Amino acid sequence: MSVLQKLMETVVQFMPDKAPDPLIHKHGYLGTPVSRVDGQRKVKGEARFTAEFEIENLAYAVPVCSTIAKGRIISIDAYDAERSPGVIAIVTAENAPKMKRPPLMDVRHMDKGFAASDLAVLQDDKISWDGQPVAVVVAETLEQAEHAASLVRVEYDEKAARVSFEDLKAEATVPSAVMGEDPELEIGNAQKAFAAAAFKVDNLYRTPHYNHNAIEPHAAIAAWDEDGRLTVFDSTQFVNGCKHALAGMFGLDGDDVRVIAPFVGGGFGGKAALWNHTALCAAAAKVANRPVKMALSREDVFRLIGGRTPSEQRVALGADKEGKFAAIIHTGVTATTTHAKFPEQFSLTPRHLYASRTMSVGQKVVNLDTVANTWMRAPGESIGTFALESAIDELAYAMKIDPVELRRLNEPERDPTKGTEFSSRHLVEAYRRGAEKFGWSGRPAEPCSQRDGKWLIGQGVATAYYPVFRFPAAVRLRIAADGSALVQAAANEMGMGTATVQIQHAADRLGLPLEMVSFRYGDSDLPDSPIIAGGSSQTGSIAAAVQVAVEKAHRELVKLAGNGSPLAGANVEIEARDGGLFLSGEGNKGETYASILKRAGRDFIEVEETSGMPFEVMKYSMASYGAQFCKARVNRESGEVRISRWLGSFDCGRILNPKTAVSQLRGGIVMGIGMALAEETLLDTRRGRIMNPSLAEYHVPVHLDVPHIEIIYNDIPDEHTPLGAHGVGEIGITGAAAAIANAIFHATGKRIRDLPITLGKLL
Amino acid sequence: MKSFAYARAADLETAVQLLSKTPNAKLLGGGTNLVDLMRENIEQPDALVDVTGLPLDRIQERPDGGLVIGATVRNTAVAVHPVVRDRYPLLAQAIVFGASGQIRNMATVAGNLMQRTRCLYFYDHAARCNKRAPGAGCDAIGGFNRMHAILGASDSCIATHPSDMCVALAALNAKVKVVGPNGERTIAFEDFHRLPEDTPHIETDLQPGELITGIEIPPLGFARRSLYRKIRDRASYAFALVSVAAALEVDNGKVRNIRLALGGVAHKPWRATEAERVLAGANAGPESFRQAAEAELAPARGLAHNDFKIELAKRTIVGVLGELAGG
Amino acid sequence: MPSPNQTPKAVPIPPAGSALILLKINGVDRSLSIDPRTSLLDVLREHLSLTGPKKGCNQGACGACTVLMDGQRVLSCLSLAVQLEGREITTIEGIANGELHPLQAAFIEHDGFQCGYCTPGQICSAIGMFQEFQNGLPSAVTGDMAAATIEFSDTEIKERMSGNLCRCGAYVGICEAIHSAFDREVAK
Ligand SMILES: Cc1cc2nc3c(=O)[nH]c(=O)nc-3n(C[C@H](O)[C@H](O)[C@H](O)COP(=O)(O)OP(=O)(O)OC[C@H]3O[C@@H](n4cnc5c(N)ncnc54)[C@H](O)[C@@H]3O)c2cc1C
Ligand code: SF4
Ligand code: FES
Ligand code: FES
Repeated sequence: MSVLQKLMETVVQFMPDKAPDPLIHKHGYLGTPVSRVDGQRKVKGEARFTAEFEIENLAYAVPVCSTIAKGRIISIDAYDAERSPGVIAIVTAENAPKMKRPPLMDVRHMDKGFAASDLAVLQDDKISWDGQPVAVVVAETLEQAEHAASLVRVEYDEKAARVSFEDLKAEATVPSAVMGEDPELEIGNAQKAFAAAAFKVDNLYRTPHYNHNAIEPHAAIAAWDEDGRLTVFDSTQFVNGCKHALAGMFGLDGDDVRVIAPFVGGGFGGKAALWNHTALCAAAAKVANRPVKMALSREDVFRLIGGRTPSEQRVALGADKEGKFAAIIHTGVTATTTHAKFPEQFSLTPRHLYASRTMSVGQKVVNLDTVANTWMRAPGESIGTFALESAIDELAYAMKIDPVELRRLNEPERDPTKGTEFSSRHLVEAYRRGAEKFGWSGRPAEPCSQRDGKWLIGQGVATAYYPVFRFPAAVRLRIAADGSALVQAAANEMGMGTATVQIQHAADRLGLPLEMVSFRYGDSDLPDSPIIAGGSSQTGSIAAAVQVAVEKAHRELVKLAGNGSPLAGANVEIEARDGGLFLSGEGNKGETYASILKRAGRDFIEVEETSGMPFEVMKYSMASYGAQFCKARVNRESGEVRISRWLGSFDCGRILNPKTAVSQLRGGIVMGIGMALAEETLLDTRRGRIMNPSLAEYHVPVHLDVPHIEIIYNDIPDEHTPLGAHGVGEIGITGAAAAIANAIFHATGKRIRDLPITLGKLL
Repeated sequence: MKSFAYARAADLETAVQLLSKTPNAKLLGGGTNLVDLMRENIEQPDALVDVTGLPLDRIQERPDGGLVIGATVRNTAVAVHPVVRDRYPLLAQAIVFGASGQIRNMATVAGNLMQRTRCLYFYDHAARCNKRAPGAGCDAIGGFNRMHAILGASDSCIATHPSDMCVALAALNAKVKVVGPNGERTIAFEDFHRLPEDTPHIETDLQPGELITGIEIPPLGFARRSLYRKIRDRASYAFALVSVAAALEVDNGKVRNIRLALGGVAHKPWRATEAERVLAGANAGPESFRQAAEAELAPARGLAHNDFKIELAKRTIVGVLGELAGG
Repeated sequence: MPSPNQTPKAVPIPPAGSALILLKINGVDRSLSIDPRTSLLDVLREHLSLTGPKKGCNQGACGACTVLMDGQRVLSCLSLAVQLEGREITTIEGIANGELHPLQAAFIEHDGFQCGYCTPGQICSAIGMFQEFQNGLPSAVTGDMAAATIEFSDTEIKERMSGNLCRCGAYVGICEAIHSAFDREVAK
């Protein structure tokens, strides 16, 4: 951690809190299960996703990907491809436009945008991973482009590639930082405390490569105008980031690039950073001199877009006789590439969850010659909680203590490593309510004690945890003379319900009915700020900006209303209700927005505001928490596992829209079921090539894998966050795999520490 | 996908003519396997002869109580047929355990028989595969072979046949009716698919120019008590790791009649003749079921990732027979 | 039966190139000249601007491209359009009849989606699935294949819908939506 950062953290401790937002406790649209505002369009098939925009004179582009993991291109033989019907251009390093290397993610420079890999795109003959694009074929139709791409022959000079995580993990080194934090942290002498502990467990946990596999494959459409300006439709979680990264690569002004992404068909982190195809699409459009669409095939998605790193984690826990943790040791290795430099932060999880007399956490990273790894839903916490929460369960059995009780015993009073106050942490309450609803106390303590015919039954539990992030955001707000309001933000909607919640919010804050508020987003021409659909941060980030924008608009409206208005010189508080501004407690003394604007002869007023720095996140220890309870059935004969019941009890601040929030939490849990039982990207270590680039062979959960998932939540607002809310997008996947592994142990007495828990491991 | 010419055959004669006279032509059924493989450039026909317009779309009852199922009957139509559900429940079951509802509505019976392996290396052009390119080698042997064969494999190829329906047909002693330039013939089901040996690219006994016209299923009274069980990596919509099709008749505690076939274990739907032999007249109990399973799997060989399938196959056999015996 | 020495009666297959087909899509006759390689999905999305059906895998493995063909649910990504002369295709755009189909309304009410990308496929699939159920088609979770009646249970719905992946994990909402749209009809 830099000196500056440390200083900052100290300073913020003395900063006063912002006055709590009165809306946190007000009953309005927020907190009610409003249906999605874009629901109609989605169920009618009218919502247009990236690849679906109609552009005149559109050509189709298909990438040609490397089939070696490391080496050099000797030659590209495009003779047949060029002559194949319909081919317009073949773009290789020879004729590609100059593109600078894009920057990598740096939280302090979100404004520059970032790519998942900082390698140059199609600029030289170097191959750094199997699947790296080496050419792009542009043709009149998709069929022609696909066929011609298959005719491109590439000759390589192949070098030995480093691709086996198993073989190379011993060479891992300590990265310079993990998400800006020190990569290693020691409190007291954990080794000694562990050695002396009354009870202990010490094991290795492994998680494989995973891929996001959003059902919408990555796609882009790029068009250049005569003045050299670039418009790109891109399925991105970060329109502004995409814009700035592209501008940087093509040497353009930020204002000369426009990125549009109204609907994104799932992202889960896989569409946050810029990936090759977007730049390639823009490059192909330039060479072909016409608009080009590059919609990746499912196989291309596996080859061009990275997923989650494999990991090996050691968790050693020591407890005293009373069950208090004497030592938490959580270390391990993940993989990255020299061009991604992303150590997935699994070791941040143990820093904030439990009190322990001593602690030793840290992580190392090894570089492989693979596609860049990237964020995937709850990066760090998803795999970190698998290891830590499995280990706690193991310790509970070793101690013959209830696993819920063991966690309660070690509930910290302050952040265990930072020493900061928790802004709002009610995990024990979530456990209490969850256990009651699930009927946890009725579970036999002994493993292998429930059976139904061929099926062994077990119950498992684990903690869910995901930190709170917020980024400064800019919004533009327009209030029109017809009494309607339009909120505009360069936000991204991939299914979280962003538009819906922000409309609920603006309606409450403006005192307007829902129908009078709309939300424009998904376009980088809207105010520039680092709003990203990532880190479960978007809702809070935008909400903070909407709040200040509404306040500003209200000030302007009062001014506009002038002396003739009942609002003039009011010495009581002014409140927004009934479509305008009214004096608090004085009935209809006030004026509607429509009336103010009409009197002033204005069609509308428009304000733009940016929310402040997220100091609250530094001052407090802030996170979403939860307790995941599940019931697993394991077939004694075949080892098949079925999850037959799930209850998630969450503590995520105030729930702004129960309908969409529950869906998000369930969605995370479903992905957790896949992570635990079936998903795995198979990388053949002889070649460094992914062998199952298909939804038929990469097994995401299907309907029948998923039981009814019950969700309950504390709904206790956090006074220090916008609207009192914490993020709900990622926490669902955390703890889920551990809960399943723990339930399987309870059912069978077999402890599987190696994901996915496929049936062969249980025979 | 490479360009191809397309023709829809209205009658059998035309279909056979087109198929045998057009260079590098292939038959097109529902397209659920062929289109996928063409898109992957694994199949590269110059012409497609569409058989779905042929009058082979009926299921007929035979006087002896058996059935003839036309080659272009869709998988769903077989599974919903009252006679199939009543007399051959294992066939209906095997079908609905395969693929998805949408695919079963498209897939034809003949296409299901002719579908090709899902071996990951067969699907990947950058890999070596004797089935795609005879003599190139087999990357699956030292690679990911979790889905691969434990019985009847060779040094050339360890792929499995992915069909569920065919496992039931193997147990039922079905016959495959074909027609070609030399007229009609009937092939016993167990002779239809081949083991890989050193020619894994030759998968069936179908000769160039021949097409399947239908499947004959002989009567089998005791098949009313039959089961199909499929073990896979998720609860639905995944290929079999191991599957078992069985029909069992028990008389006075003894096995009177038994039919047993396995899926997911070999290059062809595997008729478990050895187990059937062991079980003939034996006690219908767990010990003899286990003995039979052991006998059938005695020649089984695992590679690194699919060792578990040997035990899994044994247990599934015992389980299914146990269920049929009423245990 | 043809004999080997008979002269071919069949017209030789026309060379590869473009093919003319007639399809009825959402009630409208469409005559199209297409490259025979074009899938029904690409015809809909790229030629007719009917982008409701989605491309999720183009491998037959996700169900996002599901449409109804003569009332049956099929995967448009694995259907070659040339093969479908004279067929009636219904896409998600043709499901609502002025008003939303009860299932579409139920999807909104029960939040049976998040990103909405799999949704058109889920809805078309569920409509086809329900018809199959009414026809008495058993499923992998129907114990007795010969059963005269099958319960329209959660498990039956989930098994029958398993050909439609939803990576957002909206399965619980989808299952509730299907119940609420169809339970009454089952009861009849
Ligand atoms: C994602 C996915 C999952 C699947 N899961 C399963 C599963 O779990 N279990 C399972 O059993 N199957 C599964 N399948 C495979 C599916 O069952 C087959 O694709 C289908 O049965 C093929 O039938 P079709 O009519 O579509 O064949 P086509 O694709 O049309 O043809 C397949 C082959 O049969 C040949 N052919 C067609 N008709 C004839 C004929 N009359 N005579 C001779 N040859 C002919 C064709 O030339 C071609 O070589 C799955 C498929 C997919 C895409
Ligand atoms: S197992 Fe058979 S199909 Fe698979 S790579 Fe080897 S030869 Fe090819
Ligand atoms: S796009 Fe057709 S099944 Fe995935
Ligand atoms: S709603 Fe996003 S994939 Fe189903």
